[in-house]
Amino acid sequence: MAGSYSDKVMDHFRNPRNVGEIPDADGIGQVGNPVCGDIMKVYIKVKDNIITDIKFKTFGCGAAIATSSMATELIKGKTIEEALKLTNRAVADALDGLPPVKMHCSVLAEDAIKSAIDDYLKKSTGVGLQGWTTHNEEHGH
Amino acid sequence: MKRIYLDYAATTPVHPDVAAAMQPYFSEKFGNPSSLHSFGQEARRAVEKAREDVAALIGALPEEIIFTSGGTEANNFALNGVAYANEKKGNKIITTAIEHHAILEPCHFLKTRGFEITCLPVDKFGLIDPELVWHSITEKTILVSVMHANNEIGTVEPIAEIGARVKRQGAGKISFHTDAVQTVGMLPIDVNKLGVDLLSMSAHKLYGPKGVGALYVRKGTRLNPFLRGGGQERNRRASTENVPGIVGFGQACVMAAQRLASDDNRIKLLRDRLLAGIMKNIPDVVLNGHPNLRLDKNLNISVKYVEGEALLLNLDFEGIAVSTGSACSSGTLDPSHVLLAIGLPHELAHGSIRFTLGHWTTAEEIDRVIAVFPKIVEKLRQMSPLKK
Repeated sequence: MAGSYSDKVMDHFRNPRNVGEIPDADGIGQVGNPVCGDIMKVYIKVKDNIITDIKFKTFGCGAAIATSSMATELIKGKTIEEALKLTNRAVADALDGLPPVKMHCSVLAEDAIKSAIDDYLKKSTGVGLQGWTTHNEEHGH
Repeated sequence: MKRIYLDYAATTPVHPDVAAAMQPYFSEKFGNPSSLHSFGQEARRAVEKAREDVAALIGALPEEIIFTSGGTEANNFALNGVAYANEKKGNKIITTAIEHHAILEPCHFLKTRGFEITCLPVDKFGLIDPELVWHSITEKTILVSVMHANNEIGTVEPIAEIGARVKRQGAGKISFHTDAVQTVGMLPIDVNKLGVDLLSMSAHKLYGPKGVGALYVRKGTRLNPFLRGGGQERNRRASTENVPGIVGFGQACVMAAQRLASDDNRIKLLRDRLLAGIMKNIPDVVLNGHPNLRLDKNLNISVKYVEGEALLLNLDFEGIAVSTGSACSSGTLDPSHVLLAIGLPHELAHGSIRFTLGHWTTAEEIDRVIAVFPKIVEKLRQMSPLKK
């Protein structure tokens, strides 16, 4: 609960960065499901292999919104390769940590980014992200 | 910013008159009630006076009240105490899907010890069908435990009807327990009219202190001791009495009896005003629990497309304290078992918010919530991928 959220989590929850949609997105990824109470949808715009814009919409708790916000901040302006290196741990660390029961939110954020990149790669090259599958099934029930 | 507390079902402030009644029993009248000297005897008198006051609130005899450390202990005591005192007669316990964890967890434990637990479903309002209780009773049944009112959705169960049927069918063989933590001091209670043999209560839900409660045990009910030791509480719950806490509990019961006698519906009117205000200003909100058969203080709603913890935190930013049945409050990924038991889909269960009003709730506070809440919902809905 709030008592165990860091100031950074509360900041990103209260004033989330990059909320919204990109109508002409180059890649869209959605992960999570209503059963577990978290859904993240990420839109990316890519130019010359660089993520020039990124937006998200999230249904979820404070940590879910904060990790979405932080994850999008961390990869904005980065190359696809750099963005793919983003780990859930890095998102959690950038938020000064998450309560253990909320770590799955950071996994979901990492997944949402990878899912959007996967979609972008499929659309632009016809081949999706190699060696990657969403955690959706294990995250779900 | 003036804070607004709307989580009275979680806990209540200690009423100043209760705190004042407790005060002398910390440092001045500090005796051990088991001591024979005057220090002990003044503490003993205070404990026994409190026992009378607690008993009077629920129509019981003073000797039928066993003080405990709270509602959870009372529930554990009732279940374990009856189960092990009657294990030669049978091993079947009947309860419901919407009980508090302080009932469900001891039941899970008893299951691992060879007891058979029947967990009855509820309807979409959270109501138990007394027929279902009736039909679930077998030769092996030793205990039926059904909560008086649900802590999350506020639905008040037909305890008297169930009690009458259990008595008729059980013929003295079956003990009937109710967890009345949410109703003691809120609804008029008479253990004889309810037909219960055991009833759990907690002081901090009715403006008393935390860490004290009681289990009512009807005379003649077979019950194993909960704590063994120095013989306190008629050998059923050893341990030096929490004298200040018990005194506070007694005072809280005296004051609750006065409130109940005054037949004041102020809290219900405020709750209805809150519900009407929310429904008028926010689309896609559903009421959880029964429209009428619910505690006056309780309002539980699900807000479509948004998640409960996010609502709670945003209300907290505004100084408004509420509770949620979303997964994120529970430390698991599953939302409230109560909301799932009344058939809410997961996304609605995750979007639940509980407001519980109390003695110090004002119309100004309710109006402030009505004004603030729509903005919070709108902000989160704009962020939600579920909202089209």
